[in-house]
Amino acid sequence: MASIFQRVGAVASLSSNASFDTKKLHLSSRRSLSERKASFVVIRSDAAKMNTGLKKIGGRADQLVTNAVATKPDTSAASTASKPGHELLLFEALREGLEEEMERDQNVCIMGEDVGHYGGSYKVSKGLAPKYGDLRVLDTPIAENAFTGMGIGAAMTGLRPVIEGMNMGFLLLAFNQISNNCGMLHYTSGGQFKIPVVIRGPGGVGRQLGAEHSQRLESYFQSIPGIQMVACSTPYNAKGLMKAAIRSDNPVILFEHVLLYNLKETIPDEEYVLNLEEAEMVRPGEHVTILTYSRMRYHVMQAAKTLVNKGFDPEVIDIRSLKPFDLHTIGNSIKKTHRVIIVEECMRTGGIGASLTAAINENFQDYLDAPIVCLSSQDVPTPYAGTLEEWTVVQPPQIVAAVEQLCR
Amino acid sequence: MALARRSSNLLKPLSTASSSSSSSFLHRRPFSTDDSTTITIETSVPFTGHNCEPPSRSIDTSPKELMTFFTDMALMRRMEIAADSLYKSKLIRGFCHLYDGQEAVNIGMEAAITKKDCIITAYRDHCIFLGRGGTLLESFSELMGRQAGCSRGKGGSMHFYKKDACFFGGHGIVGAQVPLGCGLAFAQKYRKEDHVTFTMYGDGAANQGQLFEALNMAALWDLPAILVCENNHYGMGTAEWRAAKSPSYYKRGDYVPGLKVDGMDAFAVKQACKFAKEHALKNGPIILEMDTYRYHGHSMSDPGSTYRTRDEISGVRQERDPLERIRKLIMAHDIATEKELKDIEKLARKEVDEAIAKAKESPMPEESELFTNVYRKGYGVESFGADRKELRATLP
Repeated sequence: MASIFQRVGAVASLSSNASFDTKKLHLSSRRSLSERKASFVVIRSDAAKMNTGLKKIGGRADQLVTNAVATKPDTSAASTASKPGHELLLFEALREGLEEEMERDQNVCIMGEDVGHYGGSYKVSKGLAPKYGDLRVLDTPIAENAFTGMGIGAAMTGLRPVIEGMNMGFLLLAFNQISNNCGMLHYTSGGQFKIPVVIRGPGGVGRQLGAEHSQRLESYFQSIPGIQMVACSTPYNAKGLMKAAIRSDNPVILFEHVLLYNLKETIPDEEYVLNLEEAEMVRPGEHVTILTYSRMRYHVMQAAKTLVNKGFDPEVIDIRSLKPFDLHTIGNSIKKTHRVIIVEECMRTGGIGASLTAAINENFQDYLDAPIVCLSSQDVPTPYAGTLEEWTVVQPPQIVAAVEQLCR
Repeated sequence: MALARRSSNLLKPLSTASSSSSSSFLHRRPFSTDDSTTITIETSVPFTGHNCEPPSRSIDTSPKELMTFFTDMALMRRMEIAADSLYKSKLIRGFCHLYDGQEAVNIGMEAAITKKDCIITAYRDHCIFLGRGGTLLESFSELMGRQAGCSRGKGGSMHFYKKDACFFGGHGIVGAQVPLGCGLAFAQKYRKEDHVTFTMYGDGAANQGQLFEALNMAALWDLPAILVCENNHYGMGTAEWRAAKSPSYYKRGDYVPGLKVDGMDAFAVKQACKFAKEHALKNGPIILEMDTYRYHGHSMSDPGSTYRTRDEISGVRQERDPLERIRKLIMAHDIATEKELKDIEKLARKEVDEAIAKAKESPMPEESELFTNVYRKGYGVESFGADRKELRATLP
């Protein structure tokens, strides 16, 4: 628990010298506006209330890891030196998270195509149907619009469905349900209904899967108010984010990646839950901040090796939380390095990188020594041919070149 | 058809009624009603079944139920007409879809089910909300966007909800509520509850693909879902025969049984819903097609007379009006006099006017309400913004 309060203290001191407009007002989110000046309204969640909120969370799961720093083994609970943990693949980590949550709460259920008897097209739900029954691990017909709506309707009464899209691209058929009913119901009902669904599935550019099966839906979903989006990249954060997403009372979309399912890692034996809105510090550094998520993290780390050999010291952050952005961690990094490169798999137009660029420019303008560089995929449908597909996404040499140019 | 006649006590208007067992919305009743007498009524037309044996045409009721039906329908009718004039005086904005003419569907349904059975419908939801126990004040406040509204003014006409009475809304996109309704039924089956879900949609939505997707799943897993098609014969401005190859909506479930019901006859609706509930709990989904009619246009921006003749509208009003049917039944069985029924209608009008006045006093939502209820607190949603504690926004 100590780490949480420490963080609060650090935050309080930061806000005093943050570069915000002096005309803004502070008021608690629960009290009404007492006075208004100009056009700025700031809603601040009361610090004391935040503490009690976190305490409640901590009471439920003391293992809420709010300081998910992957490279500092002594501070994070990720690698407790005493126990070695167990090694597994990313899809097994997702399954572990799912299974633990289903064991813990009877209301958690899975629905999707081939999740039950087949065990999931990527084996994420293998073995769960024989254990929990056909109603809790539900094989649906191929009707994304309807079964996503069904999951949301069930969530309105208190169930916690985990809805799987066999490929994220298929969820475009359920866009209406996700946007209107999932994201907005809590608001339009005045708070009466909560929609604790998790919508998950693999997306991203795979190995020559073709245009329709290589889509990046995070750019389409990011404007929907009321949902949260997270992207996992390692077995450790996959399990932690899955558990956090299931426990969250808000609708969470968990983006997995087709190419990352067979990553191997040793994760702790103890139960742990990660913070949904927190970014992960992959490699601390001094010269430049590289922001990335999902599969591009590995391209960045590959480029980082080359960069280190060339004498650069990049700081790599896996942003993990795509909505909302963890501007706190990102901001601290920018205040240190003053240079930002965003490496993403979304397309140039309207992707996560575009929004992140805008958010950083708005909030940290004064700390930037150079314009933000955003490396994204090309604005083309993903071609089938292997060489063309390689050129669609960002490759490590491009990242190295961008860093070299930025840090001249 | 046996009519058990018995003259009920008609108290003088000034005496207070023993209304402890009354389940109607109005508070004062100048007459007492009898619960023990049974009156047997026949529905206007027999039921037509598809893949099922239709229920009997004879229904038992009591004077009390008749009076309740009349009072509630009069209130609903009044509310919708008042909403019409509020819209024209620009106090209600946006879309406003009125239910007058279709009241019997809701009244009959509520009489057959409990508050633990779920109802979900589309945007013609004001009267459904009232039927589920919502108050006039919440209704009008929500329509005018005030704080006292059922969704705190943030939903509007198409987003009425009442969680404690299992009323799940209130949805703007045509047909999107049908998969949600199957989800409600799924949860009921998951929890092994003894309740059903009534998923309501219109003849326009009956052509949506997601409806058949949801119906397939409901039939596959025997979910206790009852799909109720409120067929008012016009999908927005398009007549049903111009939109559907097969306007027999009760048959379109194919392997799912269906029942065609006269939706202007509250007792037919009640009988059908009772039958459907028993069926759904045992055998899975069933489709009910309610043959009904709306007097207003699709919404307030539609006059309703460009695609149908005024003769048709007034013809239905004269021959099939649900309120008039109950009035005639009440008078035929000597349960109340014409004057008393008119008094009830006057009382309904008064209640509605009072609710509107009170709703007008309710303030608009505070500016901070713009940001409430976007997320629920818990599991880290506190951390927002550049320093995890502040969310900065610019209001015009």
